[in-house]
Amino acid sequence: MARELPYIAAIGEAVHQEMERDDTVLYFGQNLGLTDDDPYVKAFGGDRVRVTPISETAEIGMAVGAAFAGYRPVVQLYMSEFMLVAMDQVVNEAPRFHAMTAGQVKVPLVLQAGYGFTAGWAGQHTGTIYGMFMGIPGLKVVVPSTAADAKGLMTAAIRDDNPVILFHNYLLTLEHGDVPEGEHVVPIGEAVVRREGSDATIVGIGWTVGKALAAAEQLAGEGVGAEVIDARSLAPLDMATILQSVEKTGRLVVVDQATRHASAAAIIAAEVASEGFATLKAPVELVTALDATVPYSEPMEQYLLPDEAKIVAAVQQVLEAAPVAA
Amino acid sequence: MPDGTAARLDGDVGLELLRSMWRIRVFEERVGELTRADEVHGLVHLSVGQEAVAVGVCGQLRTEDAVYSGHRAHGHAIAKGAPLGRVLAELMGRDGGLCRGLGGSMHLVDVEHGFLGATGVVGGNVPLALGSALAGRLLGGDQVAVVFFGDGAVQGGVFVESVNLATLWALPVILVCENNGFAEFTPRSAHTNVERVSDVVAPYDIERETVDGNDVVAVRDAFARFLAEARQGSGPMLLECLTHRLRGHYEGDPQRYRQALAADEWQELDPILRLERRGVSDGWLEQDAPARLEQDARDEVEAAVLFARESPFPSPDMTAALVYAT
Repeated sequence: MARELPYIAAIGEAVHQEMERDDTVLYFGQNLGLTDDDPYVKAFGGDRVRVTPISETAEIGMAVGAAFAGYRPVVQLYMSEFMLVAMDQVVNEAPRFHAMTAGQVKVPLVLQAGYGFTAGWAGQHTGTIYGMFMGIPGLKVVVPSTAADAKGLMTAAIRDDNPVILFHNYLLTLEHGDVPEGEHVVPIGEAVVRREGSDATIVGIGWTVGKALAAAEQLAGEGVGAEVIDARSLAPLDMATILQSVEKTGRLVVVDQATRHASAAAIIAAEVASEGFATLKAPVELVTALDATVPYSEPMEQYLLPDEAKIVAAVQQVLEAAPVAA
Repeated sequence: MPDGTAARLDGDVGLELLRSMWRIRVFEERVGELTRADEVHGLVHLSVGQEAVAVGVCGQLRTEDAVYSGHRAHGHAIAKGAPLGRVLAELMGRDGGLCRGLGGSMHLVDVEHGFLGATGVVGGNVPLALGSALAGRLLGGDQVAVVFFGDGAVQGGVFVESVNLATLWALPVILVCENNGFAEFTPRSAHTNVERVSDVVAPYDIERETVDGNDVVAVRDAFARFLAEARQGSGPMLLECLTHRLRGHYEGDPQRYRQALAADEWQELDPILRLERRGVSDGWLEQDAPARLEQDARDEVEAAVLFARESPFPSPDMTAALVYAT
């Protein structure tokens, strides 16, 4: 049975259900489990639910050490930028150990990190930084765009034997969606086609999936059939689904809330250029944030970000472009 | 003043300490030779001169006690029980190495012997040990975690974060600082105004002690006191061992930043010679025993060299298979 839940509550439900199912799941973070009637503390006790000081490196490092011993810690980081102060643990310890030890240890760790809070949170709390973590062998990166996927990907992340960063979008926090009540697992590494179409492919990531769907709806009114793919997982990245769609449409627009250079969008475009060049009928278009620090002022935030109009314009451009191949 | 405690050292214990220190000393010197001969091809940091710390600590631990080390890890791994041949094969990048040649000198891990991990980034190992200590507590046993680090790690933020968190949660972890007076190439005086590492943790009111780290009996006795308390579930504690790194920061280091000790100065400091002098004067070591102990160690190390040379290089197909744990 599905019922409506806010995106953020769906993530919490996954953590709660997995803690119920598996005693080795631990939940750490700043400012959590502070009272006896906190639902996690009430259900699982203070041994498994622990508030930490504002010490991200020690917090994440400790979780990695507990993971070596077979525990499955979920570290609630709130803001993905807080991971940046702990980059040694996130990038150079957690994902390296399995390979460096030839498989002697596993690191079943989840880092829950919010991103993209472009709602007046200014330059240091609004970054869309998932692209920075895509190229770290051993690290998995998932970016749910719906409440159901938020639950399903968190469940999969907790059950995964590798470190996984779950990036949840703050602008989607209270977006409601149908969420299955019981066990719900969305496999990591599988993109999904959210809307079918044959004229152009739009790939969205996280928050931009909704924008891409709205743009596709508008384009449908103009007689253009846009196929919308939700990448869902950036590492591993499901290029097969994207390439298959581009083979059908011949035209690709990638929409990313991140800045353009070294972005997930740029990687996807490069993969398509490399693996699917013969199927392209037009140059790939990227609709990303401008390469700038997110400003505080609201109209300035809007100016910087991708939106429906920019996506529609990009699709029109790939449709109008002269064929690439003779 | 005589070394160690006033109490008479048991001869069997003394012999075992000597054997263990000789094993590390000869191993390290042989690795130096193999590095110059390019049989060991990577970055190597030797612990010649610091053997008493590894031996005084690890000799008292059980297999299930997790030990962490850093870039200068060979002695710790050997003292914790890692087989010489597999350690050397690792340094030579061979499939028979502890990590099948994929980790190397700075990332020795031997889960079977409770040597959980050497990390290459200074200080990165400290919070990992907290995780092992937490896991031990949650599992309900009396196992402890031990982490070795140098005085250079103490100026990193992660050290203070970890001491704070370990104290707050009273984790059974023993922090062992090998203070050799040099943080890589720089003297301690250029890094901090706090001379004693044990003073750095003073505000946390934890058990702390500074000992002569080239006196293996002093290290052993101080560590034994901490270990007994940690087995009862208390912690953390900090043991600072003042020692001397006889060789450079890495093999090949021209060491222009310091004067080498004169031979007679080193003879006064050498932890092996010191214990041998004590053994002879206490009557548990015969005059000609040191030469035999050294020869035994040479025989063991030569067997390790043969083992490592015969081991094949790892196969490239391991690479993809080890990116993610399955």
